[in-house]
Amino acid sequence: MDVVSQLQKQFIDFSSSLYREGYVDDQFSQLHKLQDESSPDFVVEVASLFFDDAEKLINSMARALEQPCVDFKQVDSHVHQLKGSSSSIGALRVKNVCIAFRSFCDAQNREGCMRCLQQVSHEYTMLKSKLQTLFRMEQQILAAGGSVPLE
Amino acid sequence: MGTKIGYTFIQSNRAWLPKALVLWIMGMAFISMSIYRGMDEENKIRRKEVLGSMCDQRARMLQDQFNVTVNHVHALTILVSTFHYFKNPSALDQDTFAEYTTRTAFERPLLSGVAYAPRVVDAQREQFERQHGMTITTMKSEPSPIRDEYAPVMFYQEPMSHVKSLDMMSGEEDRENILRARATGKAVLTRPFRLLGSHHLGVVLTFPVYKSKLPPRSTVEERIKATAGYIGGPFDVESLVENLLGQLAGNQAILVNVYDMTNASDPLIMYGDQNQDGDMSLLHESELDFGDSFRKHKMICRQVRLVSGYILYGAAIHIVKVEDDFHKMQELKVRAEAADVAKSQFLATVSHEIRTPMNGILGMLALLLDTDLSSTQRDYAQTAQICGKALIALINEVLDRAKIEARKLELEAVLFNLRAILDDVLSLFSEKSRNKGIEFTERGHIFVKVHLAERTMVKTDAKDETLLNGGTEEGVCRSGTGQFNTLSGLEAADGRNSWDKFKHLIDAEGFQSNASIINMMASNGGSEDVTLMVCVEDTGIGIPLSAQERVFMPFMQADSSTSRHYGGTGIGLSISKCLVELMRGQISFVSRPQVGSTFSFTAVFGKCKEYVFEDIKQSKSEDLPPGFKGLKAVVVDEKPVRAAVTQYHLNRLGIMVKMSSSIKDASSTAKNGLTSSEDKFQPDIILVEKDCWISGEDSGFNAQLLDWKPNGHVFKLPKLILLATNISKDECDKAKAGGFADTVIMKPLRASMIAACLQQVLSTENKRQAGRGVPNGSSFHQGLLRGKKILVVDDNGVNRMVAAGALKKFGATVECAASAKAALDKLQSPHCFDACFMDIQMPEMDGFEATRRIRQMESKANEQMMNGGSSVDGTAKRDELHLPILAMTADVIHATFDECLKCGMDGYVSKPFEEENLYRELAKFFKSKPLSAFIKMRQGPGAFELVILGLKLIERFSWNQSLSLPQEPHSWVRVPLLGLD
Repeated sequence: MDVVSQLQKQFIDFSSSLYREGYVDDQFSQLHKLQDESSPDFVVEVASLFFDDAEKLINSMARALEQPCVDFKQVDSHVHQLKGSSSSIGALRVKNVCIAFRSFCDAQNREGCMRCLQQVSHEYTMLKSKLQTLFRMEQQILAAGGSVPLE
Repeated sequence: MGTKIGYTFIQSNRAWLPKALVLWIMGMAFISMSIYRGMDEENKIRRKEVLGSMCDQRARMLQDQFNVTVNHVHALTILVSTFHYFKNPSALDQDTFAEYTTRTAFERPLLSGVAYAPRVVDAQREQFERQHGMTITTMKSEPSPIRDEYAPVMFYQEPMSHVKSLDMMSGEEDRENILRARATGKAVLTRPFRLLGSHHLGVVLTFPVYKSKLPPRSTVEERIKATAGYIGGPFDVESLVENLLGQLAGNQAILVNVYDMTNASDPLIMYGDQNQDGDMSLLHESELDFGDSFRKHKMICRQVRLVSGYILYGAAIHIVKVEDDFHKMQELKVRAEAADVAKSQFLATVSHEIRTPMNGILGMLALLLDTDLSSTQRDYAQTAQICGKALIALINEVLDRAKIEARKLELEAVLFNLRAILDDVLSLFSEKSRNKGIEFTERGHIFVKVHLAERTMVKTDAKDETLLNGGTEEGVCRSGTGQFNTLSGLEAADGRNSWDKFKHLIDAEGFQSNASIINMMASNGGSEDVTLMVCVEDTGIGIPLSAQERVFMPFMQADSSTSRHYGGTGIGLSISKCLVELMRGQISFVSRPQVGSTFSFTAVFGKCKEYVFEDIKQSKSEDLPPGFKGLKAVVVDEKPVRAAVTQYHLNRLGIMVKMSSSIKDASSTAKNGLTSSEDKFQPDIILVEKDCWISGEDSGFNAQLLDWKPNGHVFKLPKLILLATNISKDECDKAKAGGFADTVIMKPLRASMIAACLQQVLSTENKRQAGRGVPNGSSFHQGLLRGKKILVVDDNGVNRMVAAGALKKFGATVECAASAKAALDKLQSPHCFDACFMDIQMPEMDGFEATRRIRQMESKANEQMMNGGSSVDGTAKRDELHLPILAMTADVIHATFDECLKCGMDGYVSKPFEEENLYRELAKFFKSKPLSAFIKMRQGPGAFELVILGLKLIERFSWNQSLSLPQEPHSWVRVPLLGLD
């Protein structure tokens, strides 16, 4: 029992730090609301889909930007996709970088794009590790027989 | 003729009638003539003056030009004598002369050319002919017979080549001229004659050239002896003068003749047509002096006889010109208007374009602020972020204005709850007012009220007042200190919002008496529209009289310093005006400098017909948590008005309230509650106004509190809550130490905020109860879509999944399609989808195009159905296929509602999904009970616009406040609501 409440406390601290540091926003909590008995792993599923998606997109962006003649339209469409996904799951920081990224694409600024690409992959990696930690904690709580606290 | 036959005087004199008529006509003709003459006489004088001045002008000009020419020819003579005779050998030959004269021809505008002819006596003829390789010829191009002397042309200007080697002495006029010239030593002119070559009428100018310098008073013999040759040239008077006069305006109106008047009895015409028709009665003569004293010249100008014709012609030309100008102006006007529209569109477009990168900048700044920064760096970044936000706000305002101007702003009729909106307005402002240090007490006030505009319809003064923050009666109670009959006691610009009315409302204690309101609604049931009037009253600096006219003009502020002092762009009120006018209302204000302003506007709303009154309660319980019903509270506040406000909000939550004016009273009430059985008021909560607490602190409040607490052994201890408008950290700590460990509620009060605080306070004991009380939005919405099948089309997998998840939450069965093509396949009729959510931006085929195709498919299917004739018209119509399609877009501007509608969509939801938003859109298509709202705006904008409007108005006053109340500024806002709830 003690273990569970400790885990729960850790979980709450960690998840509130995610909100506080802007990794995720309200949309992420909206996502949690969508999770119920009929779809118990909804958030995890969405998140893993997001990770797959984002990884692919970031790779294609990197490829496109390596070309001697950069097709900014293509890069922009990738960024747009990523922005859509990240805003859907509430990945605030990734989304913010995407917004800046798109304006560099519009300006056809390769250097800026490269910088943003680095940033976006950095933010993405951070988010992924954070969320994975979060999910692991959830699993632990469930394994210990507790229930995942809602905020 | 036309005369009516009468039976009296006219009848008896009928024989005279024709004569009378003739006499009449003659008389009239005579009168007309004399009038005409009188007018003509005047006209003539004027014309004569004009003619005179024109003639003089021409004469002077001609003479000037002539003199210039003569002077230059004189200079040429000196040139020839200097370079041909004084130099040995001669520095002049034909080429030099021709070149020089051609290049200086502009100096002799009236001369068609010049030539030089030396004086050759017969003895030198042979030598001369040999030397220059020419034969001296006569004017008729025959070898010249022997004469005493000759004047063969030796040098000539190019156009004069036909006179080469001609003996000038052979021509009668020239000979005469030469003789006269060398005798006088001055320029001489021939009489006008037909010139050689051109056969135009002209005169020849001749100048003598002397071999040696002559003494100033030389005799004729001396001069003849010294003569070396002659320079001369023809004045082609006819064409040159024509040219010259042609440069002057109005030359068609007069005839110009130039005469040689040497022989006064026989004037020789030099220029002009002798026989031309001219008005002889009107002529003007001007003397001309061409520098030849022997010859007299004169210019005679006459009016053209057909001057009236000319005037008509001129008028016609003028009319044509004016009409052309008019057309040009019209075109320019159209262009200017187009430019104005373009300006608005440009503004909107550019603003929107700026927004996108600005969002990027702000996003990056937010990221930057998350990194480790030194304090200076943080300061810079924060400043940049604030500026960026201000810019975005400005752009949004400009966009609003441009939208309104371009008539792009359309009103949407939505259900709304007036009170909730006003609550929202207040919550939006609480932050701002707190930052500015504006609070709501006795030093001034901001007062917002909403009531039905047609008071006659409302029998009782049925206003439901929502007091959003504490006011004070102090001003009124302190009589005799020059206070006014307003809520704060300060004078207000519009005296109608008097304290008496407000007091009446409090006395009525009818804050929630639904019965009377329903009655009123019923009595008012006949009319469809409800006109609301919103007044916002403040005290402060007011608006200067001089600026009052400009208040509603965009970008106009009271004066240029306003923007510096109070910020803002001056566009808010103009937008407010536009919105109010869109809502068929009017906006106006009364303002007195140094007193304050009262703005008021009306707006017309439609009533929601299908609304059932019982739902009011339901809806109310839906927005406010019901978990507090039956709780009891004591409000400690010495100021009844402020206490009433607090009481009102607590009542809304279903909490019973007792008021007490001091802590002493309160504690005794509580004690009584514990001890005496007849008064069973046992408070669960005690709310203490900060002022009371501070004033009570010294008088042993803590002791009382401690004294009181142990008595609560039987029951739960009441929770202590401090109500404060602003509180410093010190005070906060002190309050905690003083027993207010539970919570502090910051004003302005809002029911929802109080609920949240109370929940927090009470959660330790009745967590479950409260938890259950919290309305579960999603559970409320659940089942809306039960059994419905919905197609989600989005190329983004994550988005698809989230959308599907959200829709499943509502009980729907969801299918997904990853592209528009896949969606079209799925939607081949017959299909079993009840709605479709369509992403707009998709590769290959976008959402608009997909929707268009779906609609095409549907209409085809519908046609077939009709042709099949399987159903009667009425039912067929009802059964027509129309799949509700909702656009999903992250960018609301790009996909304006218009665009969505145009391609056949039914609505849109913005991404990322918000439950409320999604629900609202869905609810339109799957009819269900309305949400918490009771008035349906018919022509009003969305409730949100009303909020914004309110904000604009209040914003106006918050700065007013800040100047007039520098130390501890206080004011208060009261938002009484329409008495329908």
